Amino acid sequence: MNHSKVFVALLRKEVLSEWRNKYAISGILLYLLSIVMLIAFTFETTDDRTWMVMFWIAILFTSVNAVAKSFLQESEGRQYYMYTLAAPQLIILSKMVYNTLLMLLLSSIALLLYVVSLGYPVADSLSFLIAMLLGAMSFAATFSMISAIAGKASNSATLTAILSFPILLPVMRILIRISLRALPQESLQVNAQDMLYLLALNVFIVVLALILFPYLWRD
Amino acid sequence: MAVVLLLYTFTAGMLIDVPARFVLHETIRNLFFHVPVWFTMILLLLVSLIYSTLYLRHGKLAYDIVAEQLAKVAVVFGVLGFLTGALWGNYTWGDTFSWLFADTKILGAFIGLLIYVAYFILRGSVPDEEKRARISSVYSIFAYILLIVFIFVIPRLTDSLHPGNGGNPAFSTYDLDNTMRLVFYPAVFAYFLTGCWIASQLIRLRILHYRKHNINI
Repeated sequence: MNHSKVFVALLRKEVLSEWRNKYAISGILLYLLSIVMLIAFTFETTDDRTWMVMFWIAILFTSVNAVAKSFLQESEGRQYYMYTLAAPQLIILSKMVYNTLLMLLLSSIALLLYVVSLGYPVADSLSFLIAMLLGAMSFAATFSMISAIAGKASNSATLTAILSFPILLPVMRILIRISLRALPQESLQVNAQDMLYLLALNVFIVVLALILFPYLWRD
Repeated sequence: MAVVLLLYTFTAGMLIDVPARFVLHETIRNLFFHVPVWFTMILLLLVSLIYSTLYLRHGKLAYDIVAEQLAKVAVVFGVLGFLTGALWGNYTWGDTFSWLFADTKILGAFIGLLIYVAYFILRGSVPDEEKRARISSVYSIFAYILLIVFIFVIPRLTDSLHPGNGGNPAFSTYDLDNTMRLVFYPAVFAYFLTGCWIASQLIRLRILHYRKHNINI
């Protein structure tokens, strides 16, 4: 089989296994709903800055829960079986792509819930949407790689968070900076540099993961 | 392995140069402490990274021991860097702590420390040595390279009070005169050697520990 065929098969497998474990995704959705409701009920009314920062924090915590399980949910046996079938690079890449899609879905739902409960103050929607796209990419890539690392250790749920938050802190900072600039007016031009930088960072994370992941899975 | 150990003991001999104190007026003296301490941290972590890659290539546990102990010492230097930086900031920026998270370079350094504390926790939660060595090597390489990107690239994109950022020139461009250079570069070297020396002691300790338990490394 050629690589693209394997890749598509792996992606299909991810979607299927998510679909068969509907309780997992519904758990995440409920989690998201509770975070947004928590923010909405505790702040009651938010100023624009709080709106944005809390939005990103909600996304961050949702993605910890949604993406971090990607390697934890699979039994050891199934993992070995997968590694006999496909190259490790393809496996991590398919996880990343799938998780990006999942994150996009979740962030759109989060945005929807957020808009319903707290309103929509963003003037430059395009910048904000691009930031969401880039954010989904970096969260998915980082959490996929880190959960692969943490999955090998005990108490991996905590580990995923502590291993990835330092790495995501600068990413969050750039994301929030882009989105805060998007609040008052059109600012795509000003944001272009940050966006390019974030994109480069994403590519960097993916490349590093592709190089390092093959060392991880052998036991 | 013996060669590595010899190399480290050799550097220990050069430690005698360490107290390179040169009394200048003003807080600029801190340059001999604050800056070399950070350089040392970055250098030690770089060496640690090299050993991590060596471990992944050759699979010898000794490389992993070296990488771990170097990271340990580097974290100590990082904390020292924070303390000296806080002292310096107190006199030059007028406030010790309020700028702490406002500045991107400090944020980068802070993230660096967080990463390595996480690294030790990761090590702590894998009981099997081989597995621990491999996993933590992977994490350390992944995190360090990203950290370098953050520390050296992000601050240049944003404004900062810290010298060397956001249009502020670093010290070397205007007020590091030649006598200071004479102290500064040996200071960097001396701190780095101190770091290596401490790490070498720790490494020997670990190796003895393994020998005692008859683990072949």
